[in-house]
Amino acid sequence: MGGRKKTLMGMAALMLLTAPAGAQSWAADGPGTVELGSLANHYSAVTFDHAMHVGVAANCAECHHHTTGLAPTDPNCVRCHEAGAQARSVACKDCHSDKRFSAEDLEKTGGNPQLYHKGKPGLKGAYHQKCLGCHTTMGGPTGCQDCHTRNDQGDAFFHSGKYAPAPKASGGHGGGH
Amino acid sequence: MKKLHRRSFLKGGLAGGAAIAAVGTSKHAEAAGSFGGYPDSMGVLVDLTKCVGCRTCEAACNKEQGLPAPDKSFDDPSVFEEKREGGLPRRTTEKAYTVVQKYDVPGREHPLFRKVQCNHCNEPACLTSCFVNAYKKTPEGAVMYDPTVCVGCRTCMIACPFYIPAYSYSSAINPVVKKCIMCYDTRLKFGKPPACVEACPQEVMTFGKRKDLLKLAHQRISEKPEAYVDHVYGENEVGGTAWMYLSDVPFDKIGYDTHLGDQPIISYVKEFLAIVPMVLTIWPALFTGFHLLSNRKDALKNEDNKS
Repeated sequence: MGGRKKTLMGMAALMLLTAPAGAQSWAADGPGTVELGSLANHYSAVTFDHAMHVGVAANCAECHHHTTGLAPTDPNCVRCHEAGAQARSVACKDCHSDKRFSAEDLEKTGGNPQLYHKGKPGLKGAYHQKCLGCHTTMGGPTGCQDCHTRNDQGDAFFHSGKYAPAPKASGGHGGGH
Repeated sequence: MKKLHRRSFLKGGLAGGAAIAAVGTSKHAEAAGSFGGYPDSMGVLVDLTKCVGCRTCEAACNKEQGLPAPDKSFDDPSVFEEKREGGLPRRTTEKAYTVVQKYDVPGREHPLFRKVQCNHCNEPACLTSCFVNAYKKTPEGAVMYDPTVCVGCRTCMIACPFYIPAYSYSSAINPVVKKCIMCYDTRLKFGKPPACVEACPQEVMTFGKRKDLLKLAHQRISEKPEAYVDHVYGENEVGGTAWMYLSDVPFDKIGYDTHLGDQPIISYVKEFLAIVPMVLTIWPALFTGFHLLSNRKDALKNEDNKS
């Protein structure tokens, strides 16, 4: 953790030094691209162009909620995270579980009456709800394979591609088409 | 002689009246007698506002349940346009325990997608209607079906208020009822969520204890009152279901029956069913008794008269 933070700070300092004065935004200390592949199963990993999205999003809180030290955009969040406390890590996977609905996850969420964020989505849900939600309102790509290409395993799962069912011979029972 | 008869008749009437009154009072105690569901049973909260209609849940169900290959690929959106008799959207079949339906709601920017599967009622009508006890509600919340005892009467298909159980008409030798079992055998039994829940990319479905999900559902509504209608479908419908729904569109506009009432289907016939054993067992004994009593008195009288 400490090591990564140091590297990030180092990168930020380097960027600050190399960039022309005034042109540097607070968001520029993020990574250029992020490989999102920890959940890859039926699809290939997503190479997320972080730098491009930094330019499109209104601010970091759009995706990172309160973790980057900015006030969150959702008024419901502001009630508690008024200023947005800087978190140790701003990576999605550090708050959104990749084992959603596992016994331990259910114990942690359902079994804790003190917990407010009971319905916090898992990692897969967080990715898709954030990305697709924004893409829908901003007119970004929304097709599954616009972001990640499906692999052979995925084709088999969806009975698609070379695993597609043979077209039904006409005149079958039911007389549909 | 006649007087005696009338008296015994009145006595019988009195006893019968008392018996009926006793049954009548049970009406008030009915709520307490209602099962109401297992306390720690699991459930699924479906947030319809999040569904994008990708049909990954259908593919996951097909794979998990080992169902036959579909007629069309699971990424083929043309199935949404398929209509069955009466212009209704597709329903669950012997080959698909869950289907996603598309609704074009006037005034809504995007179509609304709705996943249909067994709702796993707290007090299932299929279960209570089955006279060979082929159905079982497990403490985990799943409504299970045992094809080995099923006689194929299909009363459950008529009893289900959600039109879920399907029948394998394709099998000439051993047709059985086919429906979602909440992945009980392979997942729920081991504390794991159903395959559709886990596969959904949007986390439309939240798996957890039913009582926790209810709290979550109401929390979501109160946090974003503009994003939801103030109704958790399945919280009370037909006595409560394990699968519950949140929507931004009134439920009656997207194919949900909002006139089912809050009573389990069995409640409507409970009183009648309670009388059946009484009529069949108590009445014959009771009235035979009266008959013998009056006959005996008559016989005694006759003997008295003779002597």
